[in-house]
Amino acid sequence: MLPKFWRKIRSRYNLIGSHCENCGSYFYPPRNICPKCRRKGKVREVQFSGYGKVLSWSVVHDGVENFWLSKPYIVALIELDEGAKIVAPLDCNPDEVREGMRVKAVFRKFGEDGEDGIIYYGTKFVPV
Amino acid sequence: MRRVAIIGVGCSKFGELWDMGFRDIVISAGIEALEDAGLEGREIEAVYAGNMSAGRYIGQEHIASLIADYSGLAELHVPCVRVEAGDASGGVALRQAYMAVASGMHDVVIAAGAEKVTDVPNAMEILSSSADVEWEVFNGANLPALYAMIARMHMKRFGTKEEDLAMVSVKNHKNATLNPKAMFRREISLETALNSPYVAEPLKLFDCAPICDGASVVILASEEVARRYTDTPIYIKACTQASDYMALHSRRDVTTMDAVVFASREAYRIAKIEPKDVDFAEVHDSFTIAEIIAYEDLGFAKKGEGAKLIREGVTALDGDLPVNTSGGLKAFGHAVGATGIRQAVEIALQLRGDAGKRQVDGEIGLSLNIGGTGATAVVTIFSR
Repeated sequence: MLPKFWRKIRSRYNLIGSHCENCGSYFYPPRNICPKCRRKGKVREVQFSGYGKVLSWSVVHDGVENFWLSKPYIVALIELDEGAKIVAPLDCNPDEVREGMRVKAVFRKFGEDGEDGIIYYGTKFVPV
Repeated sequence: MRRVAIIGVGCSKFGELWDMGFRDIVISAGIEALEDAGLEGREIEAVYAGNMSAGRYIGQEHIASLIADYSGLAELHVPCVRVEAGDASGGVALRQAYMAVASGMHDVVIAAGAEKVTDVPNAMEILSSSADVEWEVFNGANLPALYAMIARMHMKRFGTKEEDLAMVSVKNHKNATLNPKAMFRREISLETALNSPYVAEPLKLFDCAPICDGASVVILASEEVARRYTDTPIYIKACTQASDYMALHSRRDVTTMDAVVFASREAYRIAKIEPKDVDFAEVHDSFTIAEIIAYEDLGFAKKGEGAKLIREGVTALDGDLPVNTSGGLKAFGHAVGATGIRQAVEIALQLRGDAGKRQVDGEIGLSLNIGGTGATAVVTIFSR
């Protein structure tokens, strides 16, 4: 379980994705191959600014185990300012959320593998 | 390519089958299909079995050969293939079996689908692995949450209401009361659906299909061989499959399943029909919003106008285009890898005139089986 999580840490913690210099598309999570240009693509690593807006969201009452401590929790479909979209937890009051709401990325604890297991961290979003 | 016909169908009861193991469930469907087709067993040349996650649900892999073994085919040494495509496993298995016969490789094959989910406590977590586990589920978005975000955007953009979603559930529950093998055989009121607790807002308990145990089998044969076994062969006019980005956030538009659009357009082209020629359909209502979006993506309604069909009763059992006459995934039950085959069973029964009290009129039936949130879609068009 550990390596499976650790090898993604850079992208999970720092919002590192990809940018295709051929067509200008941005991707999160990172991709090795641009799905628009394929072999003609020039894919480079990029760090997103962390700012974006909410496209859609759900207040989840019966969800994923890691999040049960904070049930209900909010997940949102967020469009980052660079253009890539991401699904991530949104840390705010459910009544606050609006379509188009500006949000920014923050580093947060996600959950843990029991009392003796590792603690998972990652990127959540909060209102700007 | 040769014409391919369904010559026999079988289906277990769907539900929480506590006294039946994986093998028992598969065999109950398999025996029914063999008896229906009038086959002894020796005629079977290959088996294609749709199954999403036996490894996690029952701790058993290599299940294609297991199915053949307990179907009594071990000494016939027929080749067996397990097919996995999330909850589109059954549909993809049907397509593999179809291609095997259409190509001339085999004359008689079994397409099966089976799932035993109630031996573990985390059935939804396992089904959610048909979405992107690392970048969706880890971030808190299991299948209900992903479909909830689809639903909210559809509501915002097109004015679809929570009542529309509830009406899909009410319709499918009503149809299931006429189906002896359905998991939920009782009508529900609109109020019951609307007052049920939220699972992932705006989706409520009655918007979510139950994950359950079940198995289904169809036997396919070439047209020439089919005539020897049945007077009512049901032909597969087209069976197409399309894929899309795995994660919802990578897609062009989350209120459209491009894989469904692509697969259905291709199916209509091959079958030489248009959406209006479809008389009835079985669609993948794993969540009620998925049925409304299916109306649009299959071309039954314009984009954004899917809810009209449920409001106006068009897709009711006595409507112009009955959808999910079986009860759908919502009320018949969603036995994951079995569902795609289960849809084919319902359409074959309807076209043969063997659907009992839920019988509808029609010459052409269509099925839509989806994996996850639409990364796989299989569309099949059937006719007498």
